[in-house]
Amino acid sequence: MIRFLLKGLLRDRSRSLFPILVVIAGVSLTVLLHGWITGVIGDMVNSNANFSTGHVKIMTKAYAENEDQMPNDLALLGVDEILTDLRKRYPDMIWVNRIRFGGLLDIPDENRETKTHGPAMGLAVDLLSNKSPEIANLNIEKALVHGRLPEKPGEILISDDFATKLGVSPGESATLLSSTMYGSMAMQNYVIAGTVRFGVRPMDRGAMIVDISDAQLALDMSDASSEILGYLEDHIYDDAKAAEVAMRFNAEFAGSEDEFDPVMLTLREQKDLASYLDMASGMSGILVFVFVLAMSLVLWNAGLIGGLRRYGEVGVRLAIGENKGQVYRSMIYESALIGVIGSVIGTAIGLGISYLIQVKGFDFGSMMKSSTMMLSNVLRTQITSEAYYIGFLPGLFSTVLGTMLSGIGIYKRQTAQLFKELEV
Amino acid sequence: MEDSKIILIDALVKQFPIGGGEFTALDGIDLTFGKGEFAGVVGPSGSGKTTLLNIIGSLDTPTDGRVSVLDQSIGDLSHKKAARLRNEHLGFIFQTFNLLPVYTVFENVEFPLLLLKMTAASRKNAVQDALEWVGLSNKVKSRPAQLSGGECQRVAIARAMVKRPEIVLADEPTANLDAENSHNILQTMEKLNAELETTFIFATHDEKVIRYLHRKIHLEDGRVVKDELIDKKN
Repeated sequence: MIRFLLKGLLRDRSRSLFPILVVIAGVSLTVLLHGWITGVIGDMVNSNANFSTGHVKIMTKAYAENEDQMPNDLALLGVDEILTDLRKRYPDMIWVNRIRFGGLLDIPDENRETKTHGPAMGLAVDLLSNKSPEIANLNIEKALVHGRLPEKPGEILISDDFATKLGVSPGESATLLSSTMYGSMAMQNYVIAGTVRFGVRPMDRGAMIVDISDAQLALDMSDASSEILGYLEDHIYDDAKAAEVAMRFNAEFAGSEDEFDPVMLTLREQKDLASYLDMASGMSGILVFVFVLAMSLVLWNAGLIGGLRRYGEVGVRLAIGENKGQVYRSMIYESALIGVIGSVIGTAIGLGISYLIQVKGFDFGSMMKSSTMMLSNVLRTQITSEAYYIGFLPGLFSTVLGTMLSGIGIYKRQTAQLFKELEV
Repeated sequence: MEDSKIILIDALVKQFPIGGGEFTALDGIDLTFGKGEFAGVVGPSGSGKTTLLNIIGSLDTPTDGRVSVLDQSIGDLSHKKAARLRNEHLGFIFQTFNLLPVYTVFENVEFPLLLLKMTAASRKNAVQDALEWVGLSNKVKSRPAQLSGGECQRVAIARAMVKRPEIVLADEPTANLDAENSHNILQTMEKLNAELETTFIFATHDEKVIRYLHRKIHLEDGRVVKDELIDKKN
């Protein structure tokens, strides 16, 4: 009997090919859409975590309140001790300290006179230690455009766009003019080791990356840092884990009103990312829901038309001796088979296109010239484990639901009524 | 019940809701059919022929009265039991043939046997026999679209007969056929009736069919107005 029904299914293209094509189209679009949303959200989270927020970030309470102004006079002190303590208490996490600062980068000519200068957004990270995680965090090796990574103190990286703007090349000197954490003027000479392009507009506009020891020396911030960033195991942001770590850390300082006490914020709690993440996650859910709904309607309609077309067949089958339950179930099995085949092919196509976009990406750099969001210029899809099964939701669920709903009409009819309709 | 009586209809009433009221399609029908009859319910459109056939075929249920087919009370059958009765004991022939278009002649005739869970070998033999009865052994691989109307109806007869049912119900089986094909079909059914002792009950107002009947039950406005036996020897 199953073989008999399969034969009919295969031979009747309006029952097999058309619904399968509809399911394939819907499923592949669902998988692609999911991959795109996941990719954009994931990129946003990763970019922010790597360049700015970490998965958790420790600052003084006072610094945290005015973080945008990079108030290094409110920086954390005794950073080495805090880091040692954190690494002992949270051994699975990666902890790094950073200094953010602003300043003017001055490029001298052969007479040591100012040739050109420009405002720099400084980021001091551990560039020189052997096992510094920061090279990987910031993806510096891949971001290098010209020159090389700093190998000794006094060497810096600047963004390639900034270098072009200043007319400077690797190997040339640059002088940083800034202020120390105590408000005095800071001036330090560096050699530009290389230029970088992160593909993140705020960083590519005017970034200057310096080793943290050099920055501590220049800004008079011995054993001090603007912030300490923590990264969870596997470098994947997990809001619940981050919140738990932050809660435990902050509990120690609960009740204290000292504005120089450290405070730990999760990625979600920084830069209004909570509302963005919620919105993105909500949007993702809504889009998938709308898609499932649209697919349901399309497939319901297809099922209904198919069902109406098959009144004759249903009537004959009932007259010959199949009971309504058997007919109804066979239609459900048929739609489940179509759903599975369509979902498998659709998922494969969706994954294939997603993979291409994951590798190639779409460059939106020209549209984000003045963006301050830590978002890559090149947006990509991201294939996650969910992408392998999410398409089955509309593909299988909607198809079966559509057939179930349309089939009820047939199932509920009086047998004689069906008979009469097929005679007509 | 007499042994030879396989269908007993007692004070059958069938009403359908129409608007706010009810339309009485069958109004107090009393009939019996014996094994091997070649009978027809004749009458104008709307006289209740198809409704009567539907109830005998367990496709519908009586509003009142009792219909017993092969000792099973139609009104008391569950959907499953009614399906089993149709599957095991009844064959249907429709006005519009109602063959399944994506299946071959062989597969269309084979279908009822699949429901009876017969083995492949038994099915093959039974289908070949049935196609031989209707003279379509050379068309096993054809699809319905490749057949003439007469051939399609012969396939439908083979499908109805393949499981050798006790009763075949034929609703206007010649309505879509020309005179020659109608006679061929009716001769085939008459032959099967004689050879296999299958009871044939027709619903028809076609004179070509009526001429072949051994018993004519005249229906008007849901009532039996005349029930006559035809002596075919004369």
